[in-house]
Amino acid sequence: MTSRVYLDARAPLHPAARAAILEALDDGWADPGRLHSEGRRAAALADRAKETIAGHLGARPAELRLTPTHTASLHRAVVDVVAARRRLGGRVVHSAVERAALLAAADQAEPVSVPVRSDGRVDLDAWRAALAEPAALAALQHANPEVGTIQPLPEAHEAAAAAGVPLLVDAGATIGHVPAPPAWDLLAADPASWGGPAGLGVLAVRPRVRTRATGPADEEPWVGVSLPLLAGAAAALDAVASRRAEAAPRRRVLLERIRACLGTIPDVEVPGDPATGLPHVMTFSCLYVDGEALLTELDRRGVAVGSGSACTASTLEPSHVLVAMGVLTHGNVRLTLPVDVTDEQVDTLCAALPDAVAAVRAMLGTSGL
Amino acid sequence: MIVDARGDRCPMPIIRLARAAAGANPGTAVTVLWTDAAARHDIAAWARMRGHRVVGEEVAEPADGHQAWATTVLLGGAGTTTAATLR
Repeated sequence: MTSRVYLDARAPLHPAARAAILEALDDGWADPGRLHSEGRRAAALADRAKETIAGHLGARPAELRLTPTHTASLHRAVVDVVAARRRLGGRVVHSAVERAALLAAADQAEPVSVPVRSDGRVDLDAWRAALAEPAALAALQHANPEVGTIQPLPEAHEAAAAAGVPLLVDAGATIGHVPAPPAWDLLAADPASWGGPAGLGVLAVRPRVRTRATGPADEEPWVGVSLPLLAGAAAALDAVASRRAEAAPRRRVLLERIRACLGTIPDVEVPGDPATGLPHVMTFSCLYVDGEALLTELDRRGVAVGSGSACTASTLEPSHVLVAMGVLTHGNVRLTLPVDVTDEQVDTLCAALPDAVAAVRAMLGTSGL
Repeated sequence: MIVDARGDRCPMPIIRLARAAAGANPGTAVTVLWTDAAARHDIAAWARMRGHRVVGEEVAEPADGHQAWATTVLLGGAGTTTAATLR
């Protein structure tokens, strides 16, 4: 009996997060806005957690705004900046490979999609050209959560700053795993990607950025956040980031091994650049393969993976990221290696992959095509 | 040659296109009708991987109320995109 191998994007809850959550359930239940001892204890707990998270983001605690989810962070960043800069028009300049939540928010304004190259990096010439006209906001991810491609943030930020446009950076796939983004005006981070609990989003906003809350103002926006989840997110981030120097190169080597075993399977495409991308994220697409069937075959063999395939429902669009990069969109699997991934787990994956792909292809009768 | 894959979900349009191509001579034009949104991108990717060429896309008769398209692929000859010929 071998144990399960879990390689999907939402990281398993880190043991340090679990311990901090339980502790905070005892210490952090009171209203941190109150002045009594119980309230001050809760406030101190929240302050420590915010300080920890802010430190890892390269932000100040006062710049943090907490939200219910990463999706909510992206929505709020776009909507609040566009509302504050309305007189500049509603153009939101973004790369074609941003997260769906960001694209949905941009669609509420005037989205300007900037194409990417075949490796997934934004076309900087097109980016600069898009910023030549007035814009309310620019948005570029730190790295793509599907293919792991790291974006040229220093250049993109320089162009946005020169145009006087704030840059929103979606760091939802990167914080804790690689150094924090070098340049941003607004930064969104996702605790669920570093082993923190789901149910909390982190948005950092530089003081120079004007935002306008839509809807009624919340007098103390962060008081309503679950303090246990906040404490858990901070503890997990500390734990994961402290292992980064060791975990990043080890995981990059394991990604190379996976790439080598994919090389033995016919007609598999691996988009992105493995040398410069994230050390723990990769995607691949298998010709003539139904992504959902492949996910199921791998699951039967003890391996849990993610999928960006559209084959799961007739109404679903193919992954806009793979489309923008011009690669095969079906038979797609996304792998995210957790910080404590082992050689044995990758061995299990590599043993399962050829069989699983062959099983789906046999089912669809594609041999010799 | 026409492959009617309207109503098929990915990756079936590509598989049916590949089956039709398998029995055809180089230079044959194969037109595949499709409704699944992934097909546009995956026909292009398949053609690139197999050394064929997409030569056109047109709107086709809708099927069951779904918007449909017709993409035509010109089949390449055996070995036309091998490393040897590229060099």
